Amino acid sequence: MLHEFTKGLLKENPIFIIMLGLCPALAVSTQVVNALGMGAGVIFVLLGSNIFVSLLKDFIPEKIRIPSYIVIIASFVTIVDLVMQAYAPSLSRNLGVFVQLIVVNCIILGRAEAFANKRSLAESILDALGMGIGFTLGLLLISLIREVLGAGTITLFAVGSFDGVIRIPWLSSFPARVIGLATGALMVMGYLKALFNWLETKKEQSRQRDAVRSGL
Amino acid sequence: MTYIGIIITFVFISNFILTQFLGLCPFIGVSRKMDSAVGMGFAVIFVMSMAALATWVIYHLILVPLSLEFLQTMTFILIIATLVQFVEMVIQKISPPLYKALGIYLPLITTNCAVMGIALIAVRSNYSALESFIAGFSAGVGFLLAILVMSSIREKLDTEWVPKPFRGIPIAFITAGLMALAFMAFDKALLKNLLG
Repeated sequence: MLHEFTKGLLKENPIFIIMLGLCPALAVSTQVVNALGMGAGVIFVLLGSNIFVSLLKDFIPEKIRIPSYIVIIASFVTIVDLVMQAYAPSLSRNLGVFVQLIVVNCIILGRAEAFANKRSLAESILDALGMGIGFTLGLLLISLIREVLGAGTITLFAVGSFDGVIRIPWLSSFPARVIGLATGALMVMGYLKALFNWLETKKEQSRQRDAVRSGL
Repeated sequence: MTYIGIIITFVFISNFILTQFLGLCPFIGVSRKMDSAVGMGFAVIFVMSMAALATWVIYHLILVPLSLEFLQTMTFILIIATLVQFVEMVIQKISPPLYKALGIYLPLITTNCAVMGIALIAVRSNYSALESFIAGFSAGVGFLLAILVMSSIREKLDTEWVPKPFRGIPIAFITAGLMALAFMAFDKALLKNLLG
C-alpha cells in the first residue's frame, strides 16, 4: 500500500519520468516561492479529484467519464483560484493564468483516468499525495537551480522581519540572468532529463551486472 | 492595441511555446516528423481561433450579465472540450481527407494548455470579440511556426551523433532553449519601432 505513495516521489516522478504537466513546471519555476505555491495548488486539486473520482467510480457512466472528471477537476481548480486570490494575492498575481491552467494539467486527468477510477479510496489518496509531492519536488528542483543561478537568491515566504529572500553572497552580484528567462527554463529541463536518463541507465547496468553475478 | 500589434505580439514577442511554455507537451511530443508537426500546427490554429471566439461569446454574453464570472474555469474547459469534439465530427463529415490529416491530433488538443491559455489571456486583456479571434489565430500561427522549425531541426538531429543520455527528449528541450534564445530578439521595443 505504501508503494502507491512512494512511487510518485522518484520512480514515477510526474515531471522527470512520466513528463506530464510541463507547461506550469517551466513557467512558474522562476522563484522558489512560486514553485511551492503551485505545488500546493496541484496537491490540493489532485487530492480532491482523486477522492471524488474514486468515490464516484461506480456512479459515473463509462461513456461520459472524461467530461465528468473534467467538471470535478475544474471545481477544485476554481476553489484553489478563489482562495489564492483572497488569501495570497501576490502569489496569485505571480502565478497568473497558471493557477487556472491546473485544470488542463495532464497529471490530474491522467491520475483520475489511470488510477483513481479503479482503485479504493485509501489507495487513491496515497497516490494523489505521492504524485502531488513528486510534482512539487520536481518543481522545487527546477526552481532552485533557476533562481540560485539566475538571480543568486532563494525567495521564500516573508515572516516577521525576515523579508523571505535569502541572498547567496557571490552569486547575487553576478547572476547568470539568462537561466531565469525562458531559454534557461528549457535548457535546465533538458539537462535534468539527461541526468535522469543517465542515472536510469546506470541503475539498469548495475542490475544486469548483479543478475549475471547471481547467475554464476 | 491594433490588430497588427496583436498579431506580432502573439506570433513573435510572446510566442506561446518559446516564451510562455503553453502547449509544451504536443510541442515536444509531436515534433519528431515534419508532416505530423504541420498537421498538429494547423489543427491548433483552427481550434485556438474558434476557442478564443467561443469563450468570448459565452463569457461576455452569458457569464458577465449573470455575474457568474467565478465559473470561468469550468465553463471554458467544457466549451473547449465540446468544441474539439464538434470540430472533429464536422471535419469527419465534410472533409474526410482533412480528417485523416488532422483527426488523430484533435483529441490531444483538449488538454493542450495553449487553447485554455488563449481563452484566459483574451479575457484578462479585455479583448473585443474580433481581437480575441485574431489573438487566438495568431497564437496558433506562433505555435505552427515554432513546431515547424523544431521538427525540421529534429529531423536533422536524427542523423547526428548525440551523447546517449541526451537522445530524444533532452536534446529536444535544449534545442527549444536555443530557439527561445533566438526569439528573445523579438521584444516590446521591436513592436514600438515597427508601429511607432
